[in-house]
Amino acid sequence: MDMQLAVLVDGIIYASWLFLIAVGLTLIYGVMNILNIAHGALYALGAYAAASFGGFWFSQGYPPLGSYGALVLAAIVVGLVMGPLIERGLLRFMYGRDEIILLLVTYALFLILEDVIKLIWGVSPYIISQPYGLLGIVELGGLIYPVYSFVLIGVTILVGVLLAWALQGTRHGKLLRVVIHDRELSQTLGIDVRRYYLATFTLGTMLAALGGALTAPTVSVVPAMGVEVIVLAFAVVVVGGLGSLPGAALGALIVGLLRSAAVHYVPALELFAIYFVMAMVLIIRPRGLFAGEQARTI
Amino acid sequence: MKVRLGFTLAALGLAASTALAQGPEPYRIGVVTFLSGAAAGPFGVPARYGAEVTAEALNAGTVPAPYQTKGIGGRPIELIFIDEAGGTTKQVSEYRNLVQRQKVDAVIGYISSGDCLAVAPVAEELQKLTILFDCGTPRIFEDGNYKYVFRTGPTGTVDSVAAALYVTGTMPEATKIAGINQNYAWGHDSWNDFEAAMKRLKPDVQVVTSQMPKFLAGQYGAEISALIASGADVVHSSFWGGDMEAFVLQAAPRGLFQRSKVVLTTGETGLHKLGTQIPEGTIIGARGPFGPFAPDTELNRWLVRAYSERHKEPPTYPAYKMSQALLGLKAAYEKAQAANGGQAPSQDQVIEAFEHLEYEGPGGTVRMALGNGHQAVMETAYGEVKHENGKAVVVNVRRYTAEQVNPPDGMQSAAWIKNDLKPVQ
Repeated sequence: MDMQLAVLVDGIIYASWLFLIAVGLTLIYGVMNILNIAHGALYALGAYAAASFGGFWFSQGYPPLGSYGALVLAAIVVGLVMGPLIERGLLRFMYGRDEIILLLVTYALFLILEDVIKLIWGVSPYIISQPYGLLGIVELGGLIYPVYSFVLIGVTILVGVLLAWALQGTRHGKLLRVVIHDRELSQTLGIDVRRYYLATFTLGTMLAALGGALTAPTVSVVPAMGVEVIVLAFAVVVVGGLGSLPGAALGALIVGLLRSAAVHYVPALELFAIYFVMAMVLIIRPRGLFAGEQARTI
Repeated sequence: MKVRLGFTLAALGLAASTALAQGPEPYRIGVVTFLSGAAAGPFGVPARYGAEVTAEALNAGTVPAPYQTKGIGGRPIELIFIDEAGGTTKQVSEYRNLVQRQKVDAVIGYISSGDCLAVAPVAEELQKLTILFDCGTPRIFEDGNYKYVFRTGPTGTVDSVAAALYVTGTMPEATKIAGINQNYAWGHDSWNDFEAAMKRLKPDVQVVTSQMPKFLAGQYGAEISALIASGADVVHSSFWGGDMEAFVLQAAPRGLFQRSKVVLTTGETGLHKLGTQIPEGTIIGARGPFGPFAPDTELNRWLVRAYSERHKEPPTYPAYKMSQALLGLKAAYEKAQAANGGQAPSQDQVIEAFEHLEYEGPGGTVRMALGNGHQAVMETAYGEVKHENGKAVVVNVRRYTAEQVNPPDGMQSAAWIKNDLKPVQ
């Protein structure tokens, strides 16, 4: 059994999951300067919706492979419903206020959404594990892995590449970068900032829900599953630099590999690994690995 | 029309409550259990259901002998539920509120060992009869001495010791052990007890890896790889709730359960949710003789029937332990009442009757044998999962007497495991 290969494979699988749960958070921060604590609850909402959609799919006896579509659809629906609802119904009244206020607002929202989930789904666990095993298994270096884990890596890379292309290669992406750089200036140039905020928040919500929906088959969908995720996602985006897409990818990869090495070689250090990375990065580059120069109006 | 109907119903309700008020005064019990958060689904809510089913049946007089008399000493039981979520500081103020404002006659509660340790001294201070029904830490009565506090469920030590007895009894050739437990007091205590018990029973045993992922981590890919790579004969886990279920879902397709014998000390709580997704041969426990390990008695059949009719699934161990706490309180109260010539006993008389009490619960005989008569001991059991007709059932059950899995009164669990634990063939 090849230990190094195991560390690498486990690290990359974990890193892809980390990126998937963190990318929505960093996108919203990058564009809107909001540290969206509700991200954790939106992740959980995605998982619950996926459990319901997937459960319905299987109960109808539809072809099992279609259940992947049901998972993704669940994330899209959560994004399209919750994104505009939260952005238009709540956040837009808070723009321009202190970042701390927005942090508190999204934290309150997190608590409210947790209770909403409890109201809708109750506290009993939901299990929708069929999609996890549908694609079979592969053997790598003497260890068995479900193909689903590698599909997740593919999905994560796809999400990352698509987002990078949308931001760098499209007209809307370029305009969005103008909005990120200077909100007031872009307004004077005739860019409808409101629309970009709405679209970004909806997309960020959808990505949070996608993280939850694709995680759902590997776990038991239970209350409080979003709590741990927001802490991890936050650590990853802080390491990479808040608001940076390549930063989130690199942060996820570093944390994933180091944690995996700890689990295999020194299990007692596993919990410490992620915060060790975070502390080291904050000491050496306080704004994260990929944080750009600060350009803020006084 | 709707308004008038509502008004009539309200008036009827008022009339009914007035009529009730003329009967014996209700026996008010504060019931503290997780109604939100991660522990609600696997433990808190089944415990609440267990309390409701038992209290309603006691009030209706439909619980089998020896509990067929109504209520507690003839007084109808009234339950006041409090959510255990929120941490020890909150629980201490909730406890004070229950006792000082709500004026409850007794408190039954607490799943978290942290909450038990925090509430027990406050119960002494406020001098209120308090029954801990589920929390596991043996420290409550090993480090403390309480008059007002009782625990009607076995300690967590029992789970690890019985797991080690089962493993050494059924797999005498196993020498390499590994663990995956949550990185907080419960996980550490469970693993330490299991490791110590294994080393005492089989001194040549070797720990190949001990994984301690964070509570609620959810993703165990690397840990599962490490467990498989370790080549362990036995993997011990005290994971519970969503963590346990996620671990099983992730480890089963990767073949861990084929390579090693996996012991899930709280596995029974996931038996109905996971069903045949728990691989055959997995060793599971129920933290006592509960659920599939419960004896075939009239009381057990009653609980299974009453609970399943209401909730469409059989009761799991938290429901058993809650029911057992209520029945213990009733038994103690009525014993004190009888000794008091049929008059309502004082709290001190109930406490005196409760100490060293032996009574029957749906899980079998409960003896208040440790902690100067305040800590229960029971027999316990472990078994292996087998798939039958699309369902997971438990086979190869081995039972252990209370004496085989508990230290004698006055002895610390850790020292007993290390020096006096005896093998069972």
